[in-house]
Amino acid sequence: MNWILLIEQTLNGLQLGLLLFLLAAGLTLVFGIMDLVNLAHGSLYMVGAYFAATFTAWTGSFVLAVVLTLPATLLVGAVVEVVCLRTLYDRDHLDQVLATFGLILFFNELVRLVWGPAGLSVPLPEFLSNSLELAPGLIYPSYRLAIIIASLLAAFFLYWLVARTRIGMLIRAGASNREMVGALGVNIRFLFTIVFGLGAALAGLAGLMAAPISTVEIGMGENVLILAFVVIVIGGIGSIRGAFVSALLIGLIDTVGRAFLPDVIGGFFDDEFADAAAPALASMSIYLLMAVILAFRPEGLFSARNG
Amino acid sequence: MLKRTITLAAGAAMLATTAMAADPVKIGFVTTLSKGPAVLGRDMRDAADLAMEHIGARMGGRDVEIIYKDDEINPGIGKKVTDELVQKDRVDFVTGYIWSHVLLASYKSVIGNGPMLISANAGPSQIAGELCNEDFFSTSWQNDQTPEAMGEVLNQLGIKSIYVMAPNYAAGKNMVAGVERTYKGEILGKDFTKWPDQIDFSAELAKARAAKPGAVFVFYPGGAGVQFLKQYAQAGLKETIPLYTVFTVDAISLPVVKDLAVGSLATQMWSPDLDNAANRKFVDGFKAKYGRFPSFYAAQSYDAIMLIKAGVDAVNGDTSDKAGMRAAMKKADFGSVRGDYTYGNNNFPIQNFYLREAIKNDAGEYTVKTAKTVFTAHQDSYHSKCPMN
Repeated sequence: MNWILLIEQTLNGLQLGLLLFLLAAGLTLVFGIMDLVNLAHGSLYMVGAYFAATFTAWTGSFVLAVVLTLPATLLVGAVVEVVCLRTLYDRDHLDQVLATFGLILFFNELVRLVWGPAGLSVPLPEFLSNSLELAPGLIYPSYRLAIIIASLLAAFFLYWLVARTRIGMLIRAGASNREMVGALGVNIRFLFTIVFGLGAALAGLAGLMAAPISTVEIGMGENVLILAFVVIVIGGIGSIRGAFVSALLIGLIDTVGRAFLPDVIGGFFDDEFADAAAPALASMSIYLLMAVILAFRPEGLFSARNG
Repeated sequence: MLKRTITLAAGAAMLATTAMAADPVKIGFVTTLSKGPAVLGRDMRDAADLAMEHIGARMGGRDVEIIYKDDEINPGIGKKVTDELVQKDRVDFVTGYIWSHVLLASYKSVIGNGPMLISANAGPSQIAGELCNEDFFSTSWQNDQTPEAMGEVLNQLGIKSIYVMAPNYAAGKNMVAGVERTYKGEILGKDFTKWPDQIDFSAELAKARAAKPGAVFVFYPGGAGVQFLKQYAQAGLKETIPLYTVFTVDAISLPVVKDLAVGSLATQMWSPDLDNAANRKFVDGFKAKYGRFPSFYAAQSYDAIMLIKAGVDAVNGDTSDKAGMRAAMKKADFGSVRGDYTYGNNNFPIQNFYLREAIKNDAGEYTVKTAKTVFTAHQDSYHSKCPMN
């Protein structure tokens, strides 16, 4: 096996995993602390990508667009929480699923009205649109490296925020026992708005970083959302550490499956069977992983509620 | 010809009973009007609307009505809306269909239930072969044909080895089968990616780079094409390995990816710069009305409406005379925007294929120009499996 290819694929898996983590972190916070199933999280990812496209077109700079997009998606998240989700906390999960599914349709139509049905493209600055030679023969796109670095910084910031600050302490307390936190006089409503806004900003960050790689288009968040749910279920609902570990796990397994399964299966069976089976197995691999992990640890790898 | 059509149409108007004249010819149009590929569906709908404008929304002396339905790029939903068109709206024709898997799912809902089916894009091998039917016509191509032309181009260019990538669904498999049939060099590797939700091709591109092929061949329609072209350039492959595509660089993706695609080569049976009267009228009319270049999806949809008109005109608006309509449509003499073509036994076109190069023209617009003719009067390879003759 070619070790350069292996390293390159590992980097690819890492990059996909980190991007998934940013999306899953917000989802797991909202699910774990607010007990809210938010299907519209993918819409915030989409909104982040559209903001990035618009701000890049306005300012002419992708870096400036990043700076503007984060507070803008945070604001959108906070508004959605205040206007719409507040009334849902006392309802059961089915009502929340219905309402947030409605939000998906609402956001898709809103985006269609504002930006039109055609996809948008986000141009990259010159210094990010080439590729670097990390080692002899190991060529890697510089933008994907930038995603890895930016996501790691965001993950570290999140760790610091949750583990080292007063707000983080309240978030952790809210994940363990939210009635008790409320009884101790903490303004739970405000905390929820902050948490939801933070989750929205993280989703927006994931969306804006994915924008230059993919097309910014309506419904772009829905496929990613499924993966993000797989991440939080494997990681344990409410656990940021769990989301981090399982996002990396999924990113690596998905990439390695896509990269090497066709060759492995091709080695055992004839070409026609390998052509049919390999892509199918590769796209199933993460769900197989989820099934296996849930069979042994139904709470996920790290359960927030049990410490 | 035109004079004869007018005489026929006038005759039809006189012959038609009042009830029939009041009743419009109904055409169901199934395409993708939501989600990412909505932009393809919009191009098809705009072209059909333009065709309606050009024919004054009349066929065989009767008014014409088009009912648009959204398949959401989902075979189940495509079949459901097709059933509605056939059973509830009682349409005379069903057309549209971007996606092979949607067309295959909807096929039996139309064929045998009265209406005629005209595919304006999808051309799965099954319908060209064993599933062929006298009530089905294509105004596009059989899926394999365009990549077969590309395989021939690669031979002519003397490219020794290629790496192949396509999405894992009916059309993707046909595209790869097509290029494998004509390409004589070595295929170093091939990847079928998850469709339609895989948007990241980093793992596959890394493998392609490591395989060191003479060229990369891909099929990524719609938004996926945009993503692929960007990632190909970002990975630094654009400078090192030449890229050859089918249905990937078109009037939909070019204005989005711009310079990233300029110079890339693709094969197609139509091009906006083909020099014939029908095509000039279509391309100029489309640009004037919508302010952008039409895609091949648009060209095929325009032809589909014109083909239906040829059938309805021939029977003076009496759409119950299906034999008459079939015979007229089979002649393919309605003045296609691709120029003259004929129909094979399976009702798929026998037509020319051209090599198109993506360019930035003098007006600063991104479009394609015809580089050369690859195949003349090319027929698909599945027609021998079709029992019709």
